[in-house]
Amino acid sequence: MSFPEDLKYTENDEWVRVEGNKGTAGISDYAQEHLSDVVYVEIMPGEGDSFSKGDPVATIESVKAAADVYAPISGKIISVNEGLADNPELINTDPYGEAWMIRFEIADPSEFDGLMDVAAYKKVCEERDRS
Amino acid sequence: MSYIPHTENDRREMLADIGVKRIEDLYQVIPEETRFPNLNLPEGMSEIEVIDELQMLAEANMETKHFPCFLGAGAYNHFIPSVVGHILQRSEFYTAYTPYQPEISQGTLQTIFEYQSLICQLTGMEASNASHYDGATALAEAVILATRQHRGRRKKIVLSAAIHPQYREVVRTYFQGLDLEIIGDKSLEDTEALLAMVDENTAMVGVQYPDFLGRIKNFAKLGEVAHAAGALFCMVVNPLALAILKPPSEFGADIVVAEGQPLGIPLSYGGPYLGVFATKKKYVRMMSGRLVGETLDSRGQRGYVLALTPREQHIRRERASSNICTNQGLMVLAAAVYLSVLGKQGLQEVARLNYQKAHYAAKAIDGLEGYKLWSTMPFFNEFAVACPRPVTEINKKLIDYGILGGFDLGQDYPDLKDHMLIAVTELNTKEKIDDLVSVLGEVAHD
Amino acid sequence: MTEPLIFELSSPGRKGVELPECDVPETPLPKDLIRDDLLLPELSEVDVVRHFTRLSQLNYGIDISAYPLGSCTMKYNPKVNEDAARLPGFAYTHPLQGPEEAQGNLLLMFELQEWLKEIGGFAGVSLQPAAGAHGELAGIMMIHAYHHDRKDDRRIKILIPDSAHGTNPASTAMGGFQSVEIPSDDRGNIDLEALRRECDGTVAGLMLTNPNTLGLFDEHVREIIELVHGCGGLMYGDGANMNALLGVVRPGDLGFDILHYNLHKTFSTPHGGGGPGSGPVGVSERLKDFLPGPIVEAVDEGDENRPPKFDLIFPRKSIGRVKAFHGHFGVMVKAYTYLRMIGKDGLRAVADHAVLNANYLRVRIRDAYRVPYDRICMHEFVAEGAWEDAPGIRALDVAKRLMDYGYHPPTNYFPLIVHEALMIEPTETESKESLDAFADAMIKIAGEAHTDPDVLHGAPHITAFGRMDEVRAAKQLVLRYVPKEKNQI
Repeated sequence: MSFPEDLKYTENDEWVRVEGNKGTAGISDYAQEHLSDVVYVEIMPGEGDSFSKGDPVATIESVKAAADVYAPISGKIISVNEGLADNPELINTDPYGEAWMIRFEIADPSEFDGLMDVAAYKKVCEERDRS
Repeated sequence: MSYIPHTENDRREMLADIGVKRIEDLYQVIPEETRFPNLNLPEGMSEIEVIDELQMLAEANMETKHFPCFLGAGAYNHFIPSVVGHILQRSEFYTAYTPYQPEISQGTLQTIFEYQSLICQLTGMEASNASHYDGATALAEAVILATRQHRGRRKKIVLSAAIHPQYREVVRTYFQGLDLEIIGDKSLEDTEALLAMVDENTAMVGVQYPDFLGRIKNFAKLGEVAHAAGALFCMVVNPLALAILKPPSEFGADIVVAEGQPLGIPLSYGGPYLGVFATKKKYVRMMSGRLVGETLDSRGQRGYVLALTPREQHIRRERASSNICTNQGLMVLAAAVYLSVLGKQGLQEVARLNYQKAHYAAKAIDGLEGYKLWSTMPFFNEFAVACPRPVTEINKKLIDYGILGGFDLGQDYPDLKDHMLIAVTELNTKEKIDDLVSVLGEVAHD
Repeated sequence: MTEPLIFELSSPGRKGVELPECDVPETPLPKDLIRDDLLLPELSEVDVVRHFTRLSQLNYGIDISAYPLGSCTMKYNPKVNEDAARLPGFAYTHPLQGPEEAQGNLLLMFELQEWLKEIGGFAGVSLQPAAGAHGELAGIMMIHAYHHDRKDDRRIKILIPDSAHGTNPASTAMGGFQSVEIPSDDRGNIDLEALRRECDGTVAGLMLTNPNTLGLFDEHVREIIELVHGCGGLMYGDGANMNALLGVVRPGDLGFDILHYNLHKTFSTPHGGGGPGSGPVGVSERLKDFLPGPIVEAVDEGDENRPPKFDLIFPRKSIGRVKAFHGHFGVMVKAYTYLRMIGKDGLRAVADHAVLNANYLRVRIRDAYRVPYDRICMHEFVAEGAWEDAPGIRALDVAKRLMDYGYHPPTNYFPLIVHEALMIEPTETESKESLDAFADAMIKIAGEAHTDPDVLHGAPHITAFGRMDEVRAAKQLVLRYVPKEKNQI
């Protein structure tokens, strides 16, 4: 299972990549593995929409589970990954690359403090597997 | 008791294996002061005695096998081919549970898939679920779909007063205490009045076709107006009428709901019936209830499974699209068999017989002194008539002649005091219709 | 072994039913509203009968063999029930005919209401709800209406144990409440400390399935009810597992305010491949006026010379109608017939043997399967379908393999609090021989899991169909037959 070092993570299994004042977000390899085969993705906001940290931004369904994806930090949408709707399996095959969900302008860099680094996130996942 | 196979010896052996002395010992966890209440219930009876008693109860009712029935108002006395009942009594169907294990449930699953397909053909819609409880709850589910589609932002539902009064009651029950306004049904106005109520805050517009008063209207304009305002357009239909009438898809319906009882389901004093629910494909993930989809099995054979189950309560729990966890399985089977055995020709013939006989009856009654046909519009198998005296009085007299009369519209529509809603189906022969007309003439005055 | 779709068997011009000629003068149809594109199948009667008979043979029902599906109470459905519901006097009565013309139906409904009141220890019963989940929704609405009537509108929370069925939180959400999950303790009871922390003035009620989905009767039921009542909340009972309590304890006596019954589980009416069910609700004195209507009342008690008279009425503060007409009457007839047959003593015998069978099966298989809450259970118990020394085998594999032995598998993956759950409910109608045979099959499969895991992975082998590709079904989303020649969307 892959845990890229350069990303920030949330307790809810979203990842964020920060480049200057821009962010990209999706769901982690750990999350996709637990969902199993993803068959449907719907990204709710559109270009130009503002959202706050914790707002639902996407819904994912696999054959056995459904999950909501929440905004890891607040921002304003630059673009959404339109290709995911037709190829939801990208979430299983390339969660950190092709299966990015939203690109956005970061509203409040201080919200980074609420995110986890890879070591902390790994620990959360390990604990979950144990229980 | 014959449904419990255990012998004294079985019980003894089983208790010994469990490691307790008596069955009572299995209940130690139950608070002692409430354990083993002395119930005030009758003693058991033999099958002979029970059937005798039930026969007596059944005979205390007036039933439509022996008495001509002109009562409709949402439940209709139709012919049900013998085939339907016989298939329904196959216990592989009726003693099965929900088809969660597709390998040993293809009978139920394929039947539902065929039902979904038949409903789509009939309504012109692209997706049908495996059914809701009845027409009324299907309408309530349509409202839930519409409000979810608008993410709860639109707070208004426009419902025509010519939708079945009990269906509108059920919608109000479902949404009591929730922030949703249901308007449009204060009085029986025409479509123009509804048009004016549709705005940017409207989540759904609902009408009935043919409406509760039997009338057939063209709803193309209303569908357009609803869509222009961004609202969903929902039509409550009589599925039998759709054999000869333009399907709701032609009026732009987004959701079609119906009481499926006319499709081979006995009156049975109001239930169990069948809640038909169909939509355009784009709403399929918003649709609650079971859905069956086609797939392949591990051996490459075509097969069927419950599809899109993540929408359902057992996975989504409080975020589910509805709490529903059953469908009307046996009624789905009845409708599938009924539609298959009648087929294209048969269903059209039944619908035409309904239309013709109702029109014959309406003309004859309209010609009676004191009675007047209320509606000037085309109708299907039901029509409203202004009567010379209260409907309850007329119905009492009809009972004396062994006829089950029509529905008293004054109960639900104050403007239609002394108006009777009369339903005529393929089971009413000309002779029986003539009898009704002549008795109505006789009882017009004391 | 696949059966063609009914549409694929169609031949233009064939018909299955002969109808009478139109015997009245004809009126032209409204031209602008006539349709000409009806694409229904065209078959003869025998085609239709064979098609659906063949389909029926692809199903598994209780009449074939044991159906130990946990929390579904798949007991034998007596045949006399079916005959009763089809008596013309019941099957051919119109829901809107006057009460005078339906006294037989109304008396039957009245008696059933009275019996359910007595069985559950309640002051009122409404037969309206169409299924268990529908009864739950009615219950949630009554909780809302009750607090609202007392102008106590700050109650926004419904407490739900983590072992609850998914309908509980879903019904709660439909009623506009927030659901708050309460964890279970290590004996499978509600964690009392956690419950205590949530009990405050915002609690509208608690939904408790008791016995719960582990088949365990909560050891602290009295304390739970006191806590909830103490903070002003109402107790909702999910009656899905009522089979264990018949004549043993009445939820009303324990302090429950509301309970829904499942006539299709406890009272032997068939499940019909997923319905119709029937979910009457019983309530305590303070909620009687809020019941969904209509309910049946004796409007005239009658005397020696006059029979009593029954009518349909709405309780004073009723939440209203939850469906059209008067509930699933046909299902009520079946439940009435069953209750009349078994009577008071039979009722207690049902619970006794349901509990006896479940405990017997539990001890028979517990050496082969881990039973995480291994104490005396009620009508069902939960085992684990996975072993540390059989890696890669899951509950699903055990379930599928059971089909090769001729059984419908138990409920799997529920309750969610047990890892790889297999939830087993034998019901009282299985004999000792039947339970032994089932236990033998389970034990054999546990052995195979260790010695021949591939036979489990590939199961079922002898059924007409193998495992279905659910990913394909979800992705392609083919939900109806589309005629090849008319390529509609």
